Amino acid sequence: MLESLEKIKREALEALDSVQDEAALEGWRTTFLGRSSTLMLSLKQLGSLSAQERPKAGQAANEVKQALEAALEGRKAALSQQRLQQSLGAERLDVTLPGRTIPLGRLHPITQTMRRINAIFAEMGFQVYRSRDVETDEYNFQLLNIPRHHPARDMQDTFYIDDGTKESSVLLRTQTSPGQIHAMREFAAQDPKNPPPVRIILPGMCYRYEQVTARSEIQFTQVEGLAVGEYITFGDLKGTLTDFAQRFFNADVRTRFRASHFPFTEPSAEMDVECFVCHGAGCSVCKHTGWLEILGSGMVHPTVLRNGGYDPGRHSGFAFGMGPERLTMLRYRIEDIRYFWRNDLRFLEQF
Amino acid sequence: MKVPISWLKDFVNLDGISIEELAHALTMAGLEVEEIEYVGLPMPTGRQITKLSGIAWDREKIVVGEIREVLPHSNADRLVLCRLFDGQKEHTVLTGAPNLFEFKGRGELKKPLKVAYAKEGAEIYDGHQPGFQKTTLKRAKIRGVESYSMVCSEKELGISEEHEGILFLGADAKAGMLLADYMGDAVFNIAITPNIARDANIYGVAREVAALTGRKLKAMPVKVKANGPTIKGKVKIEIQEPELNPRFVLGLIKDIEIKPSPDWVQRRLRLAGMRPINNIVDATNYAMLELGEPLHAFDYDVLVERAGGKAPTIITRLTKKGEKLTTLDGIERKLDEFTVLVCDTAGSLSIAGVMGGAETEVTEKTRNVLLEGAAWNFINIRKTLSAQRFSSEAAYRFSRGVHPAMAPRGIRRSLDLMRQWSGGVVNQGLVDKYPRPEKPSVVEIGPEDARRWLGVELSAREMAAILRRSEFQVQTKGKKLMVTSPDYRLDIGEGVVGKADLMEEIARIYGYEKIAATRLRDEIPPQQSNHTLEIEERIRDLLARMGLQEIITYRLTTGEQEAQRLPVGIAPDDKPYVRLLNPISQDRVVLRKSLLASVLEIVERNASLRERIAVFELGPIFHASEAGPLPDELQRLVLAISGPRGMSNWDGAETTPFDFYDIKGMVTNLLNGLGLWDLHYEVGEHPSFHPGKCSKVMHGEQQLGVFGELHPQVQTQYDLGSHPVEAASVNLDLLYEFVPERFDSEPVPAYPPVLEDLAVVVNEGTPAGQVEMLIRQTGGKLLTGLSLFDVYRGEQIGVGKKSLAYQLTYQHPERTLTDEEVAKLRERIVKRLEQELGAQLRS
Repeated sequence: MLESLEKIKREALEALDSVQDEAALEGWRTTFLGRSSTLMLSLKQLGSLSAQERPKAGQAANEVKQALEAALEGRKAALSQQRLQQSLGAERLDVTLPGRTIPLGRLHPITQTMRRINAIFAEMGFQVYRSRDVETDEYNFQLLNIPRHHPARDMQDTFYIDDGTKESSVLLRTQTSPGQIHAMREFAAQDPKNPPPVRIILPGMCYRYEQVTARSEIQFTQVEGLAVGEYITFGDLKGTLTDFAQRFFNADVRTRFRASHFPFTEPSAEMDVECFVCHGAGCSVCKHTGWLEILGSGMVHPTVLRNGGYDPGRHSGFAFGMGPERLTMLRYRIEDIRYFWRNDLRFLEQF
Repeated sequence: MKVPISWLKDFVNLDGISIEELAHALTMAGLEVEEIEYVGLPMPTGRQITKLSGIAWDREKIVVGEIREVLPHSNADRLVLCRLFDGQKEHTVLTGAPNLFEFKGRGELKKPLKVAYAKEGAEIYDGHQPGFQKTTLKRAKIRGVESYSMVCSEKELGISEEHEGILFLGADAKAGMLLADYMGDAVFNIAITPNIARDANIYGVAREVAALTGRKLKAMPVKVKANGPTIKGKVKIEIQEPELNPRFVLGLIKDIEIKPSPDWVQRRLRLAGMRPINNIVDATNYAMLELGEPLHAFDYDVLVERAGGKAPTIITRLTKKGEKLTTLDGIERKLDEFTVLVCDTAGSLSIAGVMGGAETEVTEKTRNVLLEGAAWNFINIRKTLSAQRFSSEAAYRFSRGVHPAMAPRGIRRSLDLMRQWSGGVVNQGLVDKYPRPEKPSVVEIGPEDARRWLGVELSAREMAAILRRSEFQVQTKGKKLMVTSPDYRLDIGEGVVGKADLMEEIARIYGYEKIAATRLRDEIPPQQSNHTLEIEERIRDLLARMGLQEIITYRLTTGEQEAQRLPVGIAPDDKPYVRLLNPISQDRVVLRKSLLASVLEIVERNASLRERIAVFELGPIFHASEAGPLPDELQRLVLAISGPRGMSNWDGAETTPFDFYDIKGMVTNLLNGLGLWDLHYEVGEHPSFHPGKCSKVMHGEQQLGVFGELHPQVQTQYDLGSHPVEAASVNLDLLYEFVPERFDSEPVPAYPPVLEDLAVVVNEGTPAGQVEMLIRQTGGKLLTGLSLFDVYRGEQIGVGKKSLAYQLTYQHPERTLTDEEVAKLRERIVKRLEQELGAQLRS
């Protein structure tokens, strides 16, 4: 009995070696493990053995059965692995063919820059305040310490709206600064004797009477900022704007502040940042100076504070203004400002 | 303003400071050096302080030469040969300079001519080319004579445009000296902002340099050697409008001889950007450039003649109605009634502060000169300038404000220069009318001001020291400073404005760089959200997610451009445009009334370049207001799509073009995305859209927007390509009111839904929307989902019919629905459709 089991096992394993597909495997199973297989028949015959022989023979037969079943599973796995390998080979794709993309919607680069500016200042407690495009001469100039015929008006050539008079008092704002007065007056009205602090940024479209060239546009966006309170200094202006530059450009960018003049601030300063292309060594982007002019700023002029309903003897503040187009042009090395409103999709889709 | 460094050195010692360091210091203090023009001095390499231009004279190759003899050229009448000594040896130099011809054949010159000598290989400007083009001297044979070097004109050295003859140097120039050392210069081009109008002159810049560097400033050159008799009785002044003409001063110089100014003067004027005329005019310009006071020279004898031989009276007054004046440039000018004129008893002489008249100007024949220096109201000067469309160096200064104290100073300086350059005799004294003396402003400040405005701790003593560097008079009273502004500054105000003005001065001189950067420590204001901005940004994100590209267009356009959005014959609304008074170009004359027109222009621009276009813009349109001068600014959103829906691919997967239902889907998606679900769509009417493919989207009774396929006629009015354009316009101002701040979410159902298909055949004319509405109404709360998945037309169902196939989702929130319940519901729906629409269930 034991010998015949051993023989069965040997024969079966030999036969299994030549099995090459699942059908043959099934045939092998029927032959060697099926109901009428020699092994099964042997198992059935166990009952005819003596009580002495039975346990031993039974154990041996079971071991053979388990061995064959294990071999079957092993062979099955091997075959399935083999088949998988074959089909994997057959399913090989040309992975260099282009993928299927879906049309991606994008935001205008100026919107993207505006959002970055808004977000950085939002974290410093500056909130967005917007005001109108068409303004009065009073708000755009006079309340900002720029009377009619003032030399400062030379710096801002203005589009006037035909209001039926020769010296029109309605215009397209040349700067977002009229919003400073609107905002201060609105806030001051909440508590005129004790006006609340102000911390806002004012984004918007502005207009200037200028020939359209690669460097200048008749329409441009601007973001202004205004902080007014009881203890705000020129040092705070430097710190706040340096913080902004380091977040907008890179964490270790250096800034410098140059004396300048704007009628609505005093002292006034222009902020330059170290050229982020050459890191100050001098290159074509920074015209070999190592510095890039980024924004104008200054301490709010006492007259402007007063016009906004704040007491310059008690309150102080700073204001600044920057051009998202210029920031965007520097960041992406765009050579021509006209690209922005021309809206060629080949340009816009790069951002 | 152009500032030659050599001129600055007349007033402040610049030893040990490089040109670039100086430019940097001025720039940081608010006198921005926009350009440095090098005239011979070495130019720096590497990183630049600012824009650089000009030429550096070769230190080895351009030297002072000494012409010892001028010889004729045997083959050429128009050329001469010079025997020239360069400090080491003699050379023969060929030249055609006409100003050497008078020395030709005179033998050895007693006084050798000192000239600029360029050796072989030197880099100079080409004198024969227009503009300034660099060239290198090469050896050549000209008319049989070997030539390898040259004597230079001003143009060849980059000093001026002058190329008529060569440059003669002063007798102090020693042969062999490097020319750069003898007369190398650099010119700063400084931007003068309105607050530093006082610095629009050489002395003003020198004063800033002295203050910034702590160096000593030489005294203002205002001494005049007056050897003549007194001016008293020679001329009188009458000021009629003291507010507009606070001061008027006259000086007199006699027996002058009109001739060219000395060479160095002419060179200086050219470097500073002015053309030399003659010694008298040059003396007025020189004094103006140096001290900032514009001056005007009259021919005194002409004035006397006009006064009938008596002492003339100079009168300043407003223009009379219709009065005209022929100015120096020969133009007869119509004048405004606000313009101030300088006149005598016989009539007008000049436009005050702006331009002289032709009749009394200095000419070749002039022997006696009356010199005017005055102060004018700068706002009034500006009005005149803009009315006359005129500018000049004098007008530039007067229109920014010149302190009345400068008038006699300018006159004295100029009279003395005239005396030196013309041989005249200056009459003693000046005639001076000063009816409105400018009061110096006195401002009280203290260390607390510097702390509060600048964030800097300065003691009263430190503050006083800084201000004294800028020539303020400072009296200290304990911790208080009483600060009196110097008598050339008009920019220091009173009270708190004056404090701010002084803070600027202190910060500038102390140095912005030294003020420490700090973070805001003031109280943060009450925080408020910007509701409309937040919605706008959500809209942008939603549309970008749907594959649309944002655009931003011009808000200025023309009526004709906008009319294109409407079919021919359809008049735009009759609301007037908001129109520019002073447009700069023909295509930007009004503020837009239609955002759709702006967007279609961009679609058109891109249509020739690509098939698929999907864009949107969010922005204002402008309607003239009846309520006041400011127009209404209305926020709109426009979407436009055209061409293939998807991206084409190599596997030939079909990308069908966008149609009406795409734009509708986008509008629906957008509004749903903003939390607006309660919408319905009605047939719309809008002249820009196809009458059969136009719908309006409603929220209750309010129309949020309109959308559809562009009217075929409009489509052809633009060059939009073959694909129809689908567009939508949304009224954002209205939308903002309806976007909910929040909403209640719904729980995810715990029980399985029952899904069922339902196809009904209805008349072609029955809108699907009506079928859907009836199904929803009848299905009630248990019908949680309804989607149309097929529309079929064909023989099987008969002509004039369509089949609509829906998938319905039934769902009970708290239990599983039974088949019976669903069957009942379905039966009710079918019955309702049969009864109300004559619909038939399609099996």
